[in-house]
Amino acid sequence: MKYLEEFGDPEPARRLLDEIHAVTTRSWSLMEVCGGQTHSIIRHGIDQLLPDGIELIHGPGCPVCVTPLEVIDRALAIAARPDVVFCSFGDMLRVPGSGQDLFSVKSAGGDVRVVYSPLDALKIARQNPEKEVVFFGIGFETTAPANAMAVYQARRLGVRNFSLLVSHVLVPPAIAAVMESPTCRVQAFLAAGHVCSVMGTSEYPPLAQRYKVPIVITGFEPLDILEGIRRTVLQLESGRHEVENAYPRAVREEGNTPAVAMLRDVFEVTDRTWRGIGAIPLSGWRLAEKYGAFDAERRFDVSGIRTQESSLCRSGEVLQGQIKPQECAAFGKECTPRKPLGATMVSSEGACAAYYTHRRLELVDAT
Amino acid sequence: MCLAVPGRVLSTVEVDGTLMADVDFGGVRKEVCLQYIPDVTIGEYVIVHVGFAIQRLDERSAEETLANFERLGILAEEFGDGLEQAAQQQDLVEGAGR
Ligand code: SF4
Repeated sequence: MKYLEEFGDPEPARRLLDEIHAVTTRSWSLMEVCGGQTHSIIRHGIDQLLPDGIELIHGPGCPVCVTPLEVIDRALAIAARPDVVFCSFGDMLRVPGSGQDLFSVKSAGGDVRVVYSPLDALKIARQNPEKEVVFFGIGFETTAPANAMAVYQARRLGVRNFSLLVSHVLVPPAIAAVMESPTCRVQAFLAAGHVCSVMGTSEYPPLAQRYKVPIVITGFEPLDILEGIRRTVLQLESGRHEVENAYPRAVREEGNTPAVAMLRDVFEVTDRTWRGIGAIPLSGWRLAEKYGAFDAERRFDVSGIRTQESSLCRSGEVLQGQIKPQECAAFGKECTPRKPLGATMVSSEGACAAYYTHRRLELVDAT
Repeated sequence: MCLAVPGRVLSTVEVDGTLMADVDFGGVRKEVCLQYIPDVTIGEYVIVHVGFAIQRLDERSAEETLANFERLGILAEEFGDGLEQAAQQQDLVEGAGR
């Protein structure tokens, strides 16, 4: 158990692992939905500490990775305009579009800024009334309340030079899409804890029922993940398929009610294309009509962009758990964090980046 | 950006009708919007994601998480200069190996 020392105090981890080993009688495939959990798993080698038959399939839960290429290209076109200050979370900067990335737009003179919070972008808009300030509003349900608040405040305070380029995605429709896939091997889900901190748990029992899969709401730290796996395996071994909350310190059944109310006001559900995966019905949010004036896609004419995806990149299969990153022939060769072919190689939640950062020597140098 | 980090509320203030707080993340201080947990009191811990408190957290687990994040360098990643990190990404990753 070579990684146990990385847990700080290894004892609680050892106890959880012992129990997982003791109750496992056959092979099971579990999907962790969230890319943050994928990174934690690979960083701590959790997959290598589990019984041989237990496979962790990495899921599509990296919002940076699934932001559609055409939206990235639109972001690049907007960011290159001389009248625009383009604000984004840092993770988006090196995500490859069809030709370039935000970082190269910045190097070429575009005013691209990394902000910690969408409210920082709103502040920049108020300080620079002569500029158009655009915020790249991506993310799952955890991030959406922050972006919603920025737009809500812009409308309330009359900040007319602020707009949002929105590409929000939702976890429950992604779980359904994974289960509907003809090649699906997933038998249980570790659901993303912080998504449920916001949304609560009520969306998951219908999914667990319909697809007869256990769904265990799980945190992000290594012990949380082991606890999530332990509870999932116990359900699988006893033939149950229920929703369990293994992260109660941060997840209440009702979620965060003021945040959910804000989301319902600012956004409306829409079909969304997931990069590499394709269209998933009703799997995203866009701005509600009442906030349409703050939609960057309406404010700037960014139609007519021709997208071109790398022909080598298999990130769609990686994101759906169909292959592990190293099974992509370009991994560590044509594709590295220095010259990424897909978003999964640069995002801090991307599976290719996790394997490259923590497993590179084992994987690439072994071939 | 997907990370959420626990922090302790040091003080609160209303700015343009929005409830904001000064929050301490194991030594790093940030301005955080409290609009989604408006009844939080000074000294309490909250889970913060991209500048917004999304839930409360008890002190013991908050401190444990902060200590783990500090040990693993996650706090430096989360609150560092995002632009610089993107610029250095190639060298950091290439250099990190294992
Ligand atoms: S290794 Fe690179 S090219 Fe291959 S799937 Fe991952 S991001 Fe795409």
